[in-house]
Amino acid sequence: MSRQQSDLIGTDIDQTIDLPIKPARHPGRWVAIAFVILLTAMFVHTLFTNPRFEWSVVGHYFASDSILLGVRRTLQLTAIAMLTGAGLGVLLAVMRLSPNPVLSGASWLFVWFFRGSPLLVQLLLWYNLSALFPDITLGIPFIGPDFVHIDANVLISPYVAALLGLGLNEAAYSAEIIRAGIISIDHGQTEAAQSIGMSRGRLLRRVVLPQAMRVIIPPLGNDTINMLKMSALVSTIAVPELLFAAQTIYTRTFETIPLLLVAVIWYLIVVSILSVIQYYIERHFARGSSRNLPLTPLQSLRKILGFGPRGLTSGSDEKGSAS
Amino acid sequence: MTMLKEGPTPRIMMQATGVRKSFGALEVLKGIDLAVPHGEVVCLLGQSGSGKSTFLRCINHLERIDFGRIRVDGELIGYTEQNGHLREMHEHEISRQRIHIGMVFQHFNLFPHMTVMQNVIEGPVGVKREKRSDVVEQAQAILKRVGLSEKVNAYPRQLSGGQQQRVAIARALAMRPKLILFDEPTSALDPELVSDVLDVMRDLAESGMTMIVVTHEIAFAREVADRVVFMAGGEIVEQGKPRDVLGNPTHPQTQTFLAKVLV
Repeated sequence: MSRQQSDLIGTDIDQTIDLPIKPARHPGRWVAIAFVILLTAMFVHTLFTNPRFEWSVVGHYFASDSILLGVRRTLQLTAIAMLTGAGLGVLLAVMRLSPNPVLSGASWLFVWFFRGSPLLVQLLLWYNLSALFPDITLGIPFIGPDFVHIDANVLISPYVAALLGLGLNEAAYSAEIIRAGIISIDHGQTEAAQSIGMSRGRLLRRVVLPQAMRVIIPPLGNDTINMLKMSALVSTIAVPELLFAAQTIYTRTFETIPLLLVAVIWYLIVVSILSVIQYYIERHFARGSSRNLPLTPLQSLRKILGFGPRGLTSGSDEKGSAS
Repeated sequence: MTMLKEGPTPRIMMQATGVRKSFGALEVLKGIDLAVPHGEVVCLLGQSGSGKSTFLRCINHLERIDFGRIRVDGELIGYTEQNGHLREMHEHEISRQRIHIGMVFQHFNLFPHMTVMQNVIEGPVGVKREKRSDVVEQAQAILKRVGLSEKVNAYPRQLSGGQQQRVAIARALAMRPKLILFDEPTSALDPELVSDVLDVMRDLAESGMTMIVVTHEIAFAREVADRVVFMAGGEIVEQGKPRDVLGNPTHPQTQTFLAKVLV
């Protein structure tokens, strides 16, 4: 390139044009990495050298019958409480958004009470319900004959008290989550559905909720993980879930730390599994919201390893050309 | 529910009498009288805020009217007549009336989580309870008519604005409505996509569909409309054949509006 040419168009050749470019230096990062490695090494060291961890005891009880029963009971409590909570939550959210002031007020009152008081107190209240209502009857109020007559101590077992406490508390929280999801959907969707004659119920089922799920699922997944951990609270009302099972053993053997470790490891395992499930549910409800779905962890692993065109061209786009 | 007989005078598909509507203290419709016979294409013109979109939304009761009556194919919208008084309808009765009134929105309002086909068959299958296989067949024919047979399994977000609006028209058509309301159907489109949608609407008009169209497309109104209705300040100020109203407006409001639009 000649000097005169560049002079003609009024620019000068930059002196650095031929110099190579190197990335910026980050000396601070190396200090941070060294620090983190040091802390990790100290932690791993103490795991292996501190005899009070008693790993052999952890191993002995990890898959023992009573612990496994506790894990199963914890999962059961979480599942039932979440299902009743989310189901009631939908009902409460719809009531709250209803133009009927009685329904919306009732929903507000429910959420106010069950979100406003501590879960532990609610659990204790349900557990001691028989002190308030010794007999529970089903019949015509004030005047009528009673059809069913049950002793509250029999009906409200610790397990039932736990389910009531956890489920109703969750209902209050998920009602707010679901309400937020419903009002996040553009009003044009409602009008379009109305214009083809859809009823309110169908509008909610077919149009609003499926779209609101994208907003609802992440915080609800969060709540599920939270519920799994909060279920440990019911050990205070003698429901034999995971923590209670561990406690029962260590009050007998005094191996407190190893048994608490057993419980913690089990909680971490279950939470990790739940996180993976949540990822796939979110992916399912992302349908139609972006042009291409994100890869699953398995697919991106395949991509990194560089084999299989099978998993990469996201097949859902291709299979549907019509004729 | 009195049906007007087909006879020497054409059947009236939409009749509005003295329709008034306020939002709070603001009166947006100040007594609208309009009759649209079967097969007519009416374009509602006017500045933003003149009440034309609100009036359109009153026809299928997306907005409740304060005074006046609206009839679609003779049937009173939003009220049932019983022994000497009118009773306001329940939500589900209004839904039943809306089945006969198609609507196309400015922002398409397709259901984004459903494919094109699912969008089109949702009404006939889910609401009218028609047989799915029959509906799918009809939907394919309708989608072919609007030029989208290739996009049956696409999701709305994979389509251009013009394609989405044509799906929205197909969704309305699949209900086999008595009339279709268009609420500024091309206002949200990129200029080069407008003609695709207008072509579909022209084709519909030629097939004899009764259409009420709120639009700013003066050229479309001139070419396709049987009648243009000009609204200003919540009232109809001028109406007639497009040639007359657009070519030789008499009302000063119409004159200023057209002067602004036609430069």
